[in-house]
Amino acid sequence: MKVVPIIGGAPPISACSEESGTVPRLDLPLTRREFLQGSGVLTGTLAVGSVLVTLAPSRSWAIELKSLSSAEGETLMKMGRVLYPHPKLPDAVYALLAKDLDADAGKSAETLKLLRDGVAALDKAAGGSFASASAGKQLEVVKAIEGQPFFNAVRGKCITALYDNDIAFATFGYPGASWDKGGYITRGFQDLKWLPNPPAAASPPSGR
Amino acid sequence: MPTFDFNDDSVVVIIGSGAGGGTLANELCQKGAKVVLLEAGARQSPATFINDEWKSFMQLAWLDPRTTSGTWRVAKDFPGLPAWICKTVGGSTAHWAGASLRFQPHELKARTTYGDVKGATLLDWPLTLKDLEPYYTRAENKMGVTRTHGIPGLPGNNNFKVMYAGASKLGYKECNTGRMAVNSRPRDGRASCLQIGFCFQGCKSDAKWSTLTAEVPKAEATGKLDLRPESHVVRIEHNDAGKVTSVVYHDSAGKQQRQKARAVCVAGNSIETPRLLLLSASSKFPDGLANSSGQVGKNYMRHMTGSVYAVFKDEVNMYRGTTMAGIIQDEAGNNTKRGFVGGYEMETLSLGLPFMAAFLDPGGWGSDFAWFMDNYTRMAGMWLVGEDMPRETNRVSLNSSVKDKWGNSVPNVHFDDHENDIRMRDHAHMQGEAVYKAAGAVKTFRTPPYPSTHNLGTCRMSANARDGVCNKWGQTHDIKNLFISDGSQFTTGAAENPTLTIVTLAIRQADYIAGQMKQRAI
Repeated sequence: MKVVPIIGGAPPISACSEESGTVPRLDLPLTRREFLQGSGVLTGTLAVGSVLVTLAPSRSWAIELKSLSSAEGETLMKMGRVLYPHPKLPDAVYALLAKDLDADAGKSAETLKLLRDGVAALDKAAGGSFASASAGKQLEVVKAIEGQPFFNAVRGKCITALYDNDIAFATFGYPGASWDKGGYITRGFQDLKWLPNPPAAASPPSGR
Repeated sequence: MPTFDFNDDSVVVIIGSGAGGGTLANELCQKGAKVVLLEAGARQSPATFINDEWKSFMQLAWLDPRTTSGTWRVAKDFPGLPAWICKTVGGSTAHWAGASLRFQPHELKARTTYGDVKGATLLDWPLTLKDLEPYYTRAENKMGVTRTHGIPGLPGNNNFKVMYAGASKLGYKECNTGRMAVNSRPRDGRASCLQIGFCFQGCKSDAKWSTLTAEVPKAEATGKLDLRPESHVVRIEHNDAGKVTSVVYHDSAGKQQRQKARAVCVAGNSIETPRLLLLSASSKFPDGLANSSGQVGKNYMRHMTGSVYAVFKDEVNMYRGTTMAGIIQDEAGNNTKRGFVGGYEMETLSLGLPFMAAFLDPGGWGSDFAWFMDNYTRMAGMWLVGEDMPRETNRVSLNSSVKDKWGNSVPNVHFDDHENDIRMRDHAHMQGEAVYKAAGAVKTFRTPPYPSTHNLGTCRMSANARDGVCNKWGQTHDIKNLFISDGSQFTTGAAENPTLTIVTLAIRQADYIAGQMKQRAI
């Protein structure tokens, strides 16, 4: 299977360059559709003008699931959007949630069962299909299971899956590493203009 | 670097290389003592530090299993992570933000000043600010603390501009970029701050003082230091006379070693230090070493903490620049009209996007949470840190039902907020929100405590051997050649970030130990 990453693979700490300070990030492993062989696949297309387009090799993306089905993956993506609704964040990021949960399911039969049963319960509570239920119904269904193990597993995973990747960084305007760019000493650490500057006694001039 | 023989019983063994242990090691080496410095973590450097919150956390944090109990919110949000401290050469000085404040005189007399606070085990320190002042001066010079020794303050970043604007509108008078052990000018062979914004992840420009880059190399240059990283101490041994004689540890290959010692100084931070004393129980000391008072592990303090984040109409980009170079000190004094004893500091704080998601509102979800994250670049943030009440029931104990990889009981950290802590936190949250509203905040958020970074008091110093574990030199009351050399010795917590005082006590302790060795008292 050929994996086309955005920038590097899923990098270990040792992949961080000591010389340049470059920190490769958890990326979105985009996979060529024709090579997919797993239990499920999640696909999508990035909107024209999306921040992700500049980060990805192509506008189409696909993620292979090894344990969960496509339908289960899509339901988890939808649940992620109910938990952390960010209209600006493309589906590709919520697909990372499904991918990370799928990876956990691949390591533990118990987790696989927890997720499978949880997804089935979501569908049941939504009257058949959680993924195609109204936004209001989805929220109601998720609220009803707050604090339960399935809810906790998905919500907890959201924190790292949704907010620790290049696409989220670009979407929310967080640049990540700054050492490789010389920090912010000459790049706007005090560029806020809508409040008066503190006096020099409180905030002395920079030594550089 | 020399390698002292395992059977060399003339060495001083120091356990832990953080603010206390790392400083003590250097000070003793400068006086000619032979030191074996055992550190559980690996050695990093500014070059290997990582500008990435989760990766750095995995590189530096102490992640050995721990358990929690009690009503504090950390036990619910982070049940396996009571503290965010480090396992690396330099200890938590790799992670600390650099805020370096002296204690206020009354804070060393907490029992006298605050009186008999119900449910608290307050005690006066067995020393005064006057005793500490010359050592504070040496510590500030060693650490290059801004606004001392003629060192200029740091330039304020955007997050500080917001704090300053709100503070001055509110009428606060003491707001500036603080006393920081972060170079505003090149000093002591270390560069000046590049405003990188990753102070918590290890300073890659080496502007921030740490024992890793400021103390250990100087100690190594004396030829008297034998630093052994990845050496996890599991037991301190003693002889029939009740003096400690050696320590047992697992080396980097996992092999058990025994190092003989003339004196042993424990500086494993306030969770591991009492744990090690408790794990070292013997037939002579069935309750653990230096525990005739029964106080080992008790009176655990973690500071009243909390944070306030606020969203503004316009961009702040708080993540840029020195994380904690910004402070309001107007609430630091003891003004009981506010409804509590003690005081608190308000200090700028920022988290990157990944940690903001994890810590803004642990367990939180839904559109309100998402809204704050959507406005990440328009957020300002501050940390609230104040004196919490020591309580006998707040304690580190051994949890025999959970074992670490060496088969030893893990530490359990039990904590219940004292009524005074809760009242202070409410007040601090209210004032923090007021600061940001005065600066024009659209919305503010009260963030609950993070896993503890200031762990204190579990082997406290006391004038009377009944009340504590060590004397005013950090020497244990029970065992003359066993010392407590970290924040565990704090009798009470004070409002200030503790590192400067830990370093100060370590310098003072080094003088004492050297004197005792010279007199052959130990």
